[in-house]
Amino acid sequence: MALTLADVHRIAHLARIEIDADAASDVHRKLLAIFAMINELQAVDTTGIVPMAHAQDVMLPLRDDAVTEGDRHALFQSVAPAVEGGLYLVPRVVE
Amino acid sequence: MKWETVIGLETHAQLSTVSKIFSGTSTAFGAAPNTHASAVDIALPGVLPVLNRGAVDRAIRFGLAVGATINRRSVFARKNYFYPDLPKGYQISQFEIPVVAGGEVPIVSPTRGELRVRLTRAHLEEDAGKSLHEDFHGMTGIDLNRAGTPLLEIVSEPDLRSSDEAVAYAKALHGLVRWIGICDGNMQEGSFRCDANVSVRPLGSDTLGTRCEIKNLNSFRFMQEAIEFEVRRQIELIEDGGTVVQETRLYDPDRHETRSMRSKEDAQDYRYFPDPDLPPLVIGEDWIARVQAAMPELPEAMKARFVEEDELVSETARKLVNSRAMADYYEATVQAGVDAKLAANWIVGDLSAALHKSELDIAQSPVSPDQLAGLLKRIADGTISGKIAKDVFDEMCKVSASRSVTLDGQTLVAKAGLVSGIVTADQIIEAKGLRQISDEGAIAKIVDDAIAANPAIVAEYKAGKEKAFNSLVGKVMAASKGKANPAQVNATLKNRLG
Amino acid sequence: MSPYTGTVAELAAALRAKKIGSVELTTALLARIEQAQPTLNAFVTIDAEGALEQARAADAALARGDAAPLAGVPIAHKDVIMTAGLRTTCSSRMLADFTAPYAAFVVEGLKNAGTVLIGKTNMDEFAMGSSNETSYFGTVKNPWNVAYVPGGSSGGSAAAVSARLVPGATGTDTGGSIRQPAALSGICGLKPTYGICSRYGLIAFASSLDTPGMFARTAQDCGLLLNAMAGHDARDSTSLDRPREDYTRDLELPLTGLRIGMPAEYFGDGIDADVAAAIDGALAEFRKLGATTVAISLPNVKLSVPVYYVIAPAEASSNLSRFDGVRYGHRAEKYADLNDMYRKSRAEGFGAEVKRRILVGTYVLSHGYYDAYYLKAQQVRRLIADDFSRAYQQCDVIMGPTAPSAAFRIGDKTDDPVQMYLNDIFTIAGNLTGAPGISIPCGFDRRGLPIGLQIQANYFAEAKLLNVAHQYQQATDWHARAPSGSEL
Ligand SMILES: [Mg+2]
Ligand SMILES: [Zn+2]
Repeated sequence: MALTLADVHRIAHLARIEIDADAASDVHRKLLAIFAMINELQAVDTTGIVPMAHAQDVMLPLRDDAVTEGDRHALFQSVAPAVEGGLYLVPRVVE
Repeated sequence: MKWETVIGLETHAQLSTVSKIFSGTSTAFGAAPNTHASAVDIALPGVLPVLNRGAVDRAIRFGLAVGATINRRSVFARKNYFYPDLPKGYQISQFEIPVVAGGEVPIVSPTRGELRVRLTRAHLEEDAGKSLHEDFHGMTGIDLNRAGTPLLEIVSEPDLRSSDEAVAYAKALHGLVRWIGICDGNMQEGSFRCDANVSVRPLGSDTLGTRCEIKNLNSFRFMQEAIEFEVRRQIELIEDGGTVVQETRLYDPDRHETRSMRSKEDAQDYRYFPDPDLPPLVIGEDWIARVQAAMPELPEAMKARFVEEDELVSETARKLVNSRAMADYYEATVQAGVDAKLAANWIVGDLSAALHKSELDIAQSPVSPDQLAGLLKRIADGTISGKIAKDVFDEMCKVSASRSVTLDGQTLVAKAGLVSGIVTADQIIEAKGLRQISDEGAIAKIVDDAIAANPAIVAEYKAGKEKAFNSLVGKVMAASKGKANPAQVNATLKNRLG
Repeated sequence: MSPYTGTVAELAAALRAKKIGSVELTTALLARIEQAQPTLNAFVTIDAEGALEQARAADAALARGDAAPLAGVPIAHKDVIMTAGLRTTCSSRMLADFTAPYAAFVVEGLKNAGTVLIGKTNMDEFAMGSSNETSYFGTVKNPWNVAYVPGGSSGGSAAAVSARLVPGATGTDTGGSIRQPAALSGICGLKPTYGICSRYGLIAFASSLDTPGMFARTAQDCGLLLNAMAGHDARDSTSLDRPREDYTRDLELPLTGLRIGMPAEYFGDGIDADVAAAIDGALAEFRKLGATTVAISLPNVKLSVPVYYVIAPAEASSNLSRFDGVRYGHRAEKYADLNDMYRKSRAEGFGAEVKRRILVGTYVLSHGYYDAYYLKAQQVRRLIADDFSRAYQQCDVIMGPTAPSAAFRIGDKTDDPVQMYLNDIFTIAGNLTGAPGISIPCGFDRRGLPIGLQIQANYFAEAKLLNVAHQYQQATDWHARAPSGSEL
């Protein structure tokens, strides 16, 4: 399952990272080297092994249903690139 | 060719918690933009989700109510995609192991009768924010107040065969989530949203056709229209030699049509994986037992009880359990000492009609259960006839609408929204003199007067015209302003005309 | 020796005894930092004004006699950690102008302990790197030889502590990002058990691996800082609710009977001869202290690197999606539409290594590859964790080199990501399992660059790790060696 240059463009699109055509082949070359290393895993027999998603085998803690947060939008929006009337502005979204 | 429609619904019910699913921000609707958007909700760097127990509690309640399996261990996963109303670039949802698996919802199909719609699953997830498309210099405004609101996504199997069944299912589900108190069901505010997966196939085929997902069905009427449009579109497309393309379509209620959603066109690859910030959700037996113990009697069980114990006909019982408020109203009326059948018939009949006419919910009924019971008791004890009762009922409604009434020179004023008990049936009956006339002497006098005043009709009767008798009864009732006891009038007339 | 370059313990004692004042100390260290900054580039932000204000408050508390345990001791935070009101950049263009609106749990903890925050340290961008060469703010230099890297990703903290600019600094360790730079910079670096220090306020790289920890010159100092940083935090669902402990409580216990596991896999090919010799020397010292060595095997540990380079990028690809130029961070000047704004903002805001890892992570999670990569990696992660549980039935701690070699030259590995990744071959397993590990200095190579000994132990055995390290430091003086020019 060798990663192709088309895959590079596909995942770059999914990840919303612009990669121009020149850079793409260098990225491709480096990713191929990384995947050559990663592909060592394919040789391991993992039949019946339970995947380990967390470092600790614990249960999810739960919080009580209570309002503990107030309005801090002025502070939060002080670092925003574009706001108006309390709204974050983005290029027009077409539905 | 004959076609069969196949529909499955995905419903997002907003859970009625006071705070968000993963943060302590208020879920109250209608706040100024981004004032209910905390660090977690706007996904500042370094913040982490902490699950709201209340959301899980409601999911368990739903699962038990539909007879589903509550997964003792379920997993939150990230659904990754970029959209400006999705601050983290992923939605925390459940993917491989949802909290609720299976279950079924009973509905009545207009064509197939009673059936049980199977549920695939119900999972907990967070809502996204809102994009405001009105013009900000060619930009879109993003309000994240709704981001992180808890949702239960309820997915049905493709068990529905018509728009009618889809609507019946959606209404049953809508009734159920409100019945068990997990969702306010407010469709205008988006608290209960349905997407429909619609496909068609030749009648008799057992493979599924290609489906389209229709979004934005924010009323039952739109759902009906959208599905009907979509079914026609797909059939015409196939009959014209085309093929249905699997896609997401948006219902446009102004144009009464569905159209392809360009923003979703680009093939999605959500890259689900277990959220490393959230260990597995473990639900203990004791928690499930507690939720079960607090579970209200469910509509199906209540309906069966009404049929069994109150001897109601099935259709009437079903209407009574349409909503928890309706059922509660009925039970309160019976509790006040009224015959169950009489109460049930009045509630599904006159009361429902009056509510429908004034576009009110039963919770806002102008006549309280106690008031209705007071009225029905007067029918039962012969104080008024059923016909007069309708007038008294109308009067009660009017009193509530005007919020005041003058009776016996005394003006009673209803407090806003609190009309219960302001005026009793007895007060109206007394004030308007509607008490049924049962006194033999009084009835005899009215009958005699009527005979004297209508010699021609009497002559007709005597000549053998049976119909003329009814005409005389009418005259007597009119003269008594409807108050004379009809049975006594009949008997006295018969006697006098010998 | 300068009174200002003492250890955390020494400075805390001197402050308490009023031999020095915090303002005096802070001023002196600020001067050292200013002097060293052009050479080492250890800091991204120096907050002289804020530091002096905190120092004045510390002096007041010390004068009143109600000072917290580390009152007046200056420290620095790795710039991946949110410091309220202070610029927090993650050494990325993406956050170059970002002021944190809240403070991380560990920041609050150290503040409550009385420490004075002097600045934010340079790092590999978004903590992705092993050399500190991926920082938007430039490479950090190794104080032992400025032609060499200090290690990474917490290279700025490591260099700052190594050069005696601060006695202690925080770091984060996702694949070795505390232990490896500690080794390469000749100081102590502790990665605690996953879950005992809250991740709240850490800009996430790989959530299931990210662990806050610290750098200092002695094991004792690491314990003192850990006491201030550990604790349950309801804002992090992976934070563990455990009784509080004093991590310095066992420092003085003798090592008699200590069983040291020596994994065959840590002593094989690919290890620099000087490193191997230094580790052998350290083990000999431990035997003198009463410990015994046991040969153990961790057969799957060689798979740590490939497992890590699936799991960490996968989690990172998702964690870094929030940097989209909408609510904070870099937004491109020019763009055609929404998607173009995303693509350009992220292409400009992230450096090459960050983008590479996002792409790797996106690929391994994408449709059709999830089972072969992500699920597989999680299964092998379990196999690796099982290796360690088996090993701890035979030994109390596991020792070996922290990194295969001492520091490498700046620029040597920048064009070969895989070679760079292999630098973390001995540290990554500790992140995959979540168990603690410490790196302590144990010698120098032929070029005079420091070598680190990694000591690992089972979950929650921090007090044991610190005890073992402390006893070694009582018997040796590697930890007391300072790079030339750092003594004033
Ligand atoms: Mg869905
Ligand atoms: Zn959903």
